[in-house]
Order: sequence, then structure tokens, then C-alpha cells
Amino acid sequence: MLEPRNMRVYLDNGTTTQVAKEVLEEMLPYFREKFGHPTFVYSLGQEAADAVERAQEIIAESINAKREEIIFTSGATEANDLAIRGMAYANKKRGNHIITTKVENPSVLRVCERLESEGFKVDYLDVDPQGFLDLNQLEDLINDKTILISIMHVNDEIGTIEPIEEVGKILQELRQRVYFHVNAAASYGRVPIDVERMNIDALSITAHKIHGPKGAGALYLRTNTPVEPVTCGYVSLFPLRPGTENVPAIVGFGKAAELAFDGFEKHVEHMKRLRDKLMNGIEEKIQHVVLHGPRGERRSPANVNYSFKYVEGESVLLHLDLNGISVATGSACSTRKLEPSHVLTAIGVKPEIAHGAIRFTLSRYNTSEEIDYVLEVLPKVIENLRRISPIKAGQF
Amino acid sequence: MPVEYTEKSLLKYSQRIIELFKNPKNVGEMENPTVTVSEGDPQCGDMMQMSLKIEGNKILDAKFLSFGCAANIATGSAVTEMIKGKTLDEAEKLSIKEVSDSLGGLPALKMHCAVLAHKTLRKAIREYRQKIEELKT
Repeated sequence: MLEPRNMRVYLDNGTTTQVAKEVLEEMLPYFREKFGHPTFVYSLGQEAADAVERAQEIIAESINAKREEIIFTSGATEANDLAIRGMAYANKKRGNHIITTKVENPSVLRVCERLESEGFKVDYLDVDPQGFLDLNQLEDLINDKTILISIMHVNDEIGTIEPIEEVGKILQELRQRVYFHVNAAASYGRVPIDVERMNIDALSITAHKIHGPKGAGALYLRTNTPVEPVTCGYVSLFPLRPGTENVPAIVGFGKAAELAFDGFEKHVEHMKRLRDKLMNGIEEKIQHVVLHGPRGERRSPANVNYSFKYVEGESVLLHLDLNGISVATGSACSTRKLEPSHVLTAIGVKPEIAHGAIRFTLSRYNTSEEIDYVLEVLPKVIENLRRISPIKAGQF
Repeated sequence: MPVEYTEKSLLKYSQRIIELFKNPKNVGEMENPTVTVSEGDPQCGDMMQMSLKIEGNKILDAKFLSFGCAANIATGSAVTEMIKGKTLDEAEKLSIKEVSDSLGGLPALKMHCAVLAHKTLRKAIREYRQKIEELKT
């Protein structure tokens, strides 16, 4: 339909990112020269342990935590599992009630479902049409059996920034101790995080969404927070997370965090400019579009998500791919289950519209020229697909 | 959206499917079709409209419109290509497997697309025959 061009534009940074050159360079010595096990006292081991500590320091500073409060994991999925199950098990004598939202990532939802099967009671908060949770509903649901609240900071699909600080305040004012876990995989490096100001007890982040390597994540855990390990084995540096640390990836994670937070505000402004340019361009050039998630300051600077009515998302995704542009879709056709996204369903998007949803996620490395190119290709793709669609404008 | 972005399956399309997705055959509206039918539902994420031009017992032309994924567009192309010039009886005998085979196989997850194209064709033939019956009486 369109002549393929050579430009490559990667706009799926919410799924994963390219490892930054500086990150890779920092990692390489830890594969062959500095390959030691960080538990051992000979110099090779100490070198590795020092490197892990440096990464802990950088990451701790980026969220206003202390170095010892950072535990490395294989990613945010493992961090979420350790935080939620670990805190649930450690607090089960006090209560069995957990509150989360309907729009969490599967790495939180599946863990909660597992806990339900083990006898815990989980309430899933509703969200409004822009994806925001309801603080009143949260307050109403808290009872004397409540031990844990788990809320995502930024919604990975629609970019909604949840009112984490307000939730933290509510929990601080309670007479009982309710622990607060935040999945910050989609916000880390994009939206400021301060675990003190936000009153967060546990926070999950991952390297591969901030130009670090896959296979490294971290759990921030406030000092003296009761958590039971969910993995058994040889304890190296972290009693809560047995097993040999992935030192090269951890080193890469530290470097990636350093790069993301060195000039953080500048990076965020850059992403916001591109986000707004893309949103304005789509709304100017294409009719019958539906924005998912909020506008302005309460939207992640890195997230743009629209449904293009009367076309199906996977076809849009593949045509963009044929033109060198990578995006994600909420269409059921791209999943195993053939059901539209649980997030779009929770915010009340009708299935026929959810099937045409396309998510564009930015990084600080994207350029204005890339957005120009997308705005040149995308309207043609949508026009061509609408031309072959049996559904005509206005039908829904 | 990213559906569940995290639950993407390992979809792999054949070269033939990608080719027909890029350059679909017989796509568009037909002028003065003998019969036009739709199958599927936009709520389920795939829908197909098919138009046939029939003379005597023979399908002279076939066209389709698609609201669906690459597999939907490719199977619409394949079915319309396969039935052009065939008699109604021959077209009716076309199997889902033949459609899938002509595309170099469909991913298991996308077999429902072949089923949809096949169902749309069957419905068009059925409606045409009904129309003929009604004209006779």
C-alpha cells in the first residue's frame, strides 16, 4: 500500500528499550575480566561486590532511598512477586486483605490471583475513564484486616499517573500499619519518584525500560519492612533474593539509571515535546480518533495511545512495521486470549474501539524528525485501511 | 492494548500472508454485485464483507472488505482468488484447510480468520440460492 522507506523509528519504549552505548561499555568488563562472584573475599569477588554497591547507590539516590534498601532482581516481574507475596506472607498473622486496581500489569494481577487461591482476600479498585483510581473507594475498602496496597505509578498502556502521593498520605494517617507497594516499571526515568515524600514501602523498577539490559530489576524495600523470601537458595548479597547476582546486568542498570537521571528534567521536557507533537499531529491529520488516558501533566511524558476507529490494531501495527515504525497495539488479535486489553476494558472503552488502539511510547533518544516521519506515514496507513474496511465512518 | 502487551503470543506469519497483507487481492466495493453479505462482528475484532458476481452457476467476480488483522485480509484475498471462475458447487466445496494451505499455513491463533472468510463465502452462496428460490416461487 505504501512504499517502504529506510527510516527506522522505534516507538515501543514502554515494552523495552535499546541498551545505551555507554551502558554496554560499562557492562562488558564484567563478563570476562571482572567476572567474580560478589560473595567472595578475593579481589575478583570484591570487585564485583563493589560494582553492585555502586549500582545500588545510584539507584537509591534516584528515588531518595538508602543504598541498603535496594535489592536486585531479574526484573520488575520478580520484584512485584517478591514484594507482594513476600509482604502478604510476612503479615498474614495481622490480616489477609490486599487492595490493588483493575488496571495493574499482569505481574501484579497474577500474583494477587495466586494469593486469593491461597486464602487472601483481594479488592480490585475501579478506575475512571481516564484510568485514575478513586481515593474515596480506596479509603472505604480499607478495614482492620488490610495489610497491603499495591498500585502502579504510571499505567503502562495509557500513561495515567496515579495519585501515589495521595495514597501514601492516606496510609500514613491510618492508625494501623498498611504497607504500600508501587510498581514503577513504567514511570522510573520518566516521572519523578521520591519514596519518602510518597510514603512508599516497596517499589519495583526494571533496567530494560530505561536503556539498560534485560534481566536486571530492583525492589526498593524500606528498612524494617517485614518480607518473607519467596525463593529459597544460597544467599549471596540479598537474604530476600537468594542466588548469584547478575552482576553485568546490575552494573548496566546502574549506568542506565545514572544516564536517565543526569539531566532528568531535560529528558522529560524532550519527551513531553515529542508526545505533544505526536498527539497534536494525530488529532490534526486523522479523523475519528479516540485518545486513551488523560491529557497534560497527569499523563506520562512518554505515552501516547489512540484508537483509530473502523480499523483493526494489528493491521495498523504491521503496516507501520513495513514502514520501519515499531508500536504496540491493544487489539485482541495480537494476544493469546483474543480479548481486548483489560486496561481499555476497565476504562470503559467499547471492544470495537479497543481493537483499533495503538500505543506509541517514547524515549529520550527519539527525535522530532522521527515524529514527522510517523505523522507522514500513519495517516496514509489509516486511510488505506479504512478504504478496505466494511465499517463506514459514524457507524460507531 | 498493549492489550496485554505482556501476553503477546509468538505469532509468525508466512511470507505469502505478509505478501497478501501488503498487496491484497480483490479488495474493495463491487459495482452491481449479485450478492453481498457480511460475517463477524467489530466487537470481536474481525468482520468481513464479501460481494459476488454470479452468472448462471458461475462466480465471475469476487471482492471483499475487511475489518481485521493481517490474517483476515490475507484469507479474504485467498478465498476470493480461489473461487473466481468456479461454479457455486465447486466454491461450496472449498475447505478451510485448502484456504490455510494456500497461505502456507496460518498460525493456530489465527485459524478463526480462515473460518471467518470461509463462513462469509458460504453465507454468500446460501443467500444467492435463497434469492433464486424466491424468484422461482
